[in-house]
Amino acid sequence: MSRIISYGEAIREATEQEMARDPNVIVMGIGVDDFKAVFGTTGGLLERFGPERVFDTPLSEDAMTGVAIGAGLAGLRPIHVHIRMDFVLLAMNQLVNLAAKTRYMFGGQMSVPIVVRSVIGRSWGQGAQHSQGLHSLFTHIPGLKVFAPSTPYDVKGALIESIRDNNPVMFVEHRMLHYITGDVPEESYTVPFGKARILAEGDDVTIVGISYMAVEAMRARTHLSEAGISAEVIDPVSLSPLDIDTIVESVRRTGRLLVVDSAWTNCGMTAEIVAQVAERLSGAREVRYARMGYAPVPCPTTKNLEDLFYPNSQTIAQTAFTLCRENEPIFAVAHREAAEVSAFKGPF
Amino acid sequence: MENGHGRREEGARVYPTDKVKSPVHLSIGQEGIAVGVCEALRPDDIVFGTYRGHAVYLAKGGDLNQMVAELYGKDTGNARGKGGSMHLVDVPHGVMGTSAVVGTTIPHAVGYAYALRLQKRDQIVVSFFGDGATEEGVWAESMNFAALKKLPVLFICENNFYAVHSHVSARQATDDICARARAFGVPAERIDDDVVALYETVARVTAEMRRTGEGPYMIEVRAYRWKEHVGPNEDYQYGYRSNEEWAPWKQNDQVARLAALLDGAVRGRIEAEVEASIAAAFAYAEESPFPDGAELYTDVFVEA
Repeated sequence: MSRIISYGEAIREATEQEMARDPNVIVMGIGVDDFKAVFGTTGGLLERFGPERVFDTPLSEDAMTGVAIGAGLAGLRPIHVHIRMDFVLLAMNQLVNLAAKTRYMFGGQMSVPIVVRSVIGRSWGQGAQHSQGLHSLFTHIPGLKVFAPSTPYDVKGALIESIRDNNPVMFVEHRMLHYITGDVPEESYTVPFGKARILAEGDDVTIVGISYMAVEAMRARTHLSEAGISAEVIDPVSLSPLDIDTIVESVRRTGRLLVVDSAWTNCGMTAEIVAQVAERLSGAREVRYARMGYAPVPCPTTKNLEDLFYPNSQTIAQTAFTLCRENEPIFAVAHREAAEVSAFKGPF
Repeated sequence: MENGHGRREEGARVYPTDKVKSPVHLSIGQEGIAVGVCEALRPDDIVFGTYRGHAVYLAKGGDLNQMVAELYGKDTGNARGKGGSMHLVDVPHGVMGTSAVVGTTIPHAVGYAYALRLQKRDQIVVSFFGDGATEEGVWAESMNFAALKKLPVLFICENNFYAVHSHVSARQATDDICARARAFGVPAERIDDDVVALYETVARVTAEMRRTGEGPYMIEVRAYRWKEHVGPNEDYQYGYRSNEEWAPWKQNDQVARLAALLDGAVRGRIEAEVEASIAAAFAYAEESPFPDGAELYTDVFVEA
């Protein structure tokens, strides 16, 4: 049975259901067992499953990632939670040199069934070190899978899929998505890797929105409809493996592609998606392309600069409009801040 | 036990490296550490090692044929040639992997021990690493967590004094690695290259871990890397270390010491067996095929 819950609650519910189903699932990370429970996403797990399966860690991201890998080699299924993806940089050696390569360099004798959850993106003046979306660093690496779902339905199914997967999975959650609500079945289900979701159909332009930018792309679609432009919005859901087929087929129809990431554009997912589409449609279809993402600077803290740093539904709509009607005057959309951004009152 | 010592040490020592087609970091001079530790373990105990891991691999029971085939890059190697000398593995014998990035398997041993406790299994996990690894942040982080959770991990620090060509005195402010371990709450002691004393200590420590279900413990074992950092040659002519420095360690050769404990006839039989097994392993590797080209793309992920 389906009911409306938040993205954050869907994460919690998925974790609880998997922990109940499989005693090898454990949750570890800084603050997972405290009263704030990583924005509520690990709430109640300690009480139900005990301190051996749900435990706080020292501030040792490097070694604790190695501990998760070692526990995974012994048959556990650790979920290692980072309240910010910025902190995952401290674990890059274990993730890139060890987790991603263990199966290959040991000839398939071992596997590393770990899930690394981390939170990206804006909330409220988080500044340069509490905002980065670094998922492209991981999509570059063979041996890692990367999920970045945008809807409550997909986040529950994708997390369950990740926990059951026998490979290392980077699970990316935008902070603002935690508040988004939607229909989520109570029962357990999975959402597969490598399958994009068409959030809304359209004929004039394809907008691919990654993570929270899928939400903003849907709002942009509403703006565009007022100008008579029909946008198709696609959430890749799974960044690695990437379902490029769904995107290519959409662009083959629309002839226009705008890719918007919750991250910088340079050498990132937007570049990868545009390149793959261009390779596939080269000579077969004339396509106009555009990319959007974080401004190419560290994230500023003050509100007025922060607002300029992130793409939003208005700037996405304007870019898509120009892609469709390059000779027309700029598309004016009244600036209205996203409800979840306005509602956020901190502190973290 | 003595037979085991002799065969495995000779296996590591006699290993003719010039046939190997990938970089090797030889254990020669340090075999007594692997043997002294692994002989005191149960077959189902777990070890994690380093890129200088031939001796640990063999001492824990790793298959010699597969190891030599792996060094040759053959399809019959442990990892079908995808790992090589620096990534030896033998899961059935509890060799859970070796890494080319210093210190990186230390937390794996700790995490494995965490899982064993949760699963109510009574195996011991041993983490081998070198003196250089104790300079890595991950060593300190791992010691802290292992002590915090009282995990049944035995840390073996193989102090051979050199990180590549850099002496420990150029890298560490004090020469007391055990004191640093104790500062984290990890009991520690030092043994200077002595296979028998090491065996006895590991037997005692692991028996206590199994009795209580708790650890950790660290043993710093000082030994000497007889050969160059990587490759089969000696490198005393380059001046960063001397034959004089090597001499006492050579004098204290643990392989010769164990061999001398054996009756001449027994020793002769063991040596013949070792020579035969090495010859057989090399023949096996020579005759084995290289992996099929399609192997390039397999084993990146576990397929569903």
